[in-house]
Amino acid sequence: MERHFDENLQALKYHLMKMSAIAEVMISDAIKAAVERNESVIPPVFQREEQVNQMQIEIDETCLTLIALHQPAAGDLRFILGAAKANAELERLADEAVNIVQRSEHLLKDPPLKPFEIIPEMAVIARGMVRDSLHAFVNRNVDLAREVLLRDDRVDDLKDAITAELTAYMTSDSSTVSRALDLLLIARYLERIGDHATNIAEIAIFVAEGRDVRHHANKLPEE
Amino acid sequence: MKTDTVISVRNLDLFYGTFHALKAVPMDVLGRHITALIGPSGCGKSTLLRALNRMNDLIQGVRVTGTILLEGQDIYAPGTDVCELRKRVGMVFQRPNPFPLSIYENVAFGLRVAGVSDRQRVEEIVERSLAAVALWDPLKDKLDHSALILPLDQQQRLCIARVLAVEPEVILMDEPCSALDPIATARIEELMLDLKADYTIVIVTHNMQQAARISDYSGYMLLGEMIEFTETAGIFTSPKDKRTQDYVSGRYG
Repeated sequence: MERHFDENLQALKYHLMKMSAIAEVMISDAIKAAVERNESVIPPVFQREEQVNQMQIEIDETCLTLIALHQPAAGDLRFILGAAKANAELERLADEAVNIVQRSEHLLKDPPLKPFEIIPEMAVIARGMVRDSLHAFVNRNVDLAREVLLRDDRVDDLKDAITAELTAYMTSDSSTVSRALDLLLIARYLERIGDHATNIAEIAIFVAEGRDVRHHANKLPEE
Repeated sequence: MKTDTVISVRNLDLFYGTFHALKAVPMDVLGRHITALIGPSGCGKSTLLRALNRMNDLIQGVRVTGTILLEGQDIYAPGTDVCELRKRVGMVFQRPNPFPLSIYENVAFGLRVAGVSDRQRVEEIVERSLAAVALWDPLKDKLDHSALILPLDQQQRLCIARVLAVEPEVILMDEPCSALDPIATARIEELMLDLKADYTIVIVTHNMQQAARISDYSGYMLLGEMIEFTETAGIFTSPKDKRTQDYVSGRYG
């Protein structure tokens, strides 16, 4: 039987997907600011942050109301609880994009330190993880969620590589410290974005299968 | 009074003999919304519902003071055509009560009483009313069958179709799902959500989760008083009165 309640659930999915799309654009623009030295993309990032914050409030209110009024059970309950949690992760990863922009503003005051290789690659992976983790959540796609979890290892490896590289710069030439620290922090924010996307992927598995795989609990052998 | 208010209740007192059943009750019913009345047994919610189309007149010893306006007109004004009132403000009861007639005649009955004699018009209205309650397709080849052999949820939907046939503005429902199982209840609730597009609905229910699921506004009543009347989402997330809070969270009683 089709339920009016299903429309509420569809609307909630739509709003989360919209919030995720905005966050992805924020990540791209934030990296553009640093890598392409493009300051024009900076103000829109702050405007989008306002949008994301407002959406977080609305989505939380929706989740509260849906639980209060509809007493959801089973998959519907897991979905709504999961939506409230994914909502928090999206808002935080959008904050990390803002942190990247703020670091970029500082970075652009000086000439470029070195050609960008690792940071753009981290950004592409992180942005894809955000997109795919939300997709896995909304569509209850456990295979996709697991695949996102694996990508986090690559992000962590890249962060270790850039840390080693920048450390070498700093120890050999103290005039590079300010810029190197900015880049290290940008890499750290990208790693955190990957972590938040990972959390969303874990939530997706919980919603789809009722298994809480956080902190390596309840993981299947192939996970 | 808001401009989209269909029924406005002001300072309504009702006595059954010496028993003070409703105490200075206020309520605004918004058009094309579902308003639910909730509260423990004996709180006056069915009494208030019946006051809205003067069904209480049928009870001996009832005395009413205060005002009930339907589209701005006082329904208790002397000279009010009560039959016309009950056509405009129809009622569905707790136990499905189809007449011991055919399915067709059940729906046509009100039209015949109202003097509609054009056969084609009656047929059109019967079809439209049954379609509105999703009974046309399953029953169109059995319209001459007795209504009494239908399963209970279809009987209840037939009673709703019977009300719809006379083109009411407001539909009152007194615990319409109490006699039905959960699946039948869910179907009737979905029907009510569909009907809200065209009709104003006021429902009394002792099942507060039902009120939460389907109503836009809820009124919590206790011992004849309207304790809190507001948007349903507010009643179930952050009620203002402690008595409401106790009732909806199951602490009452």
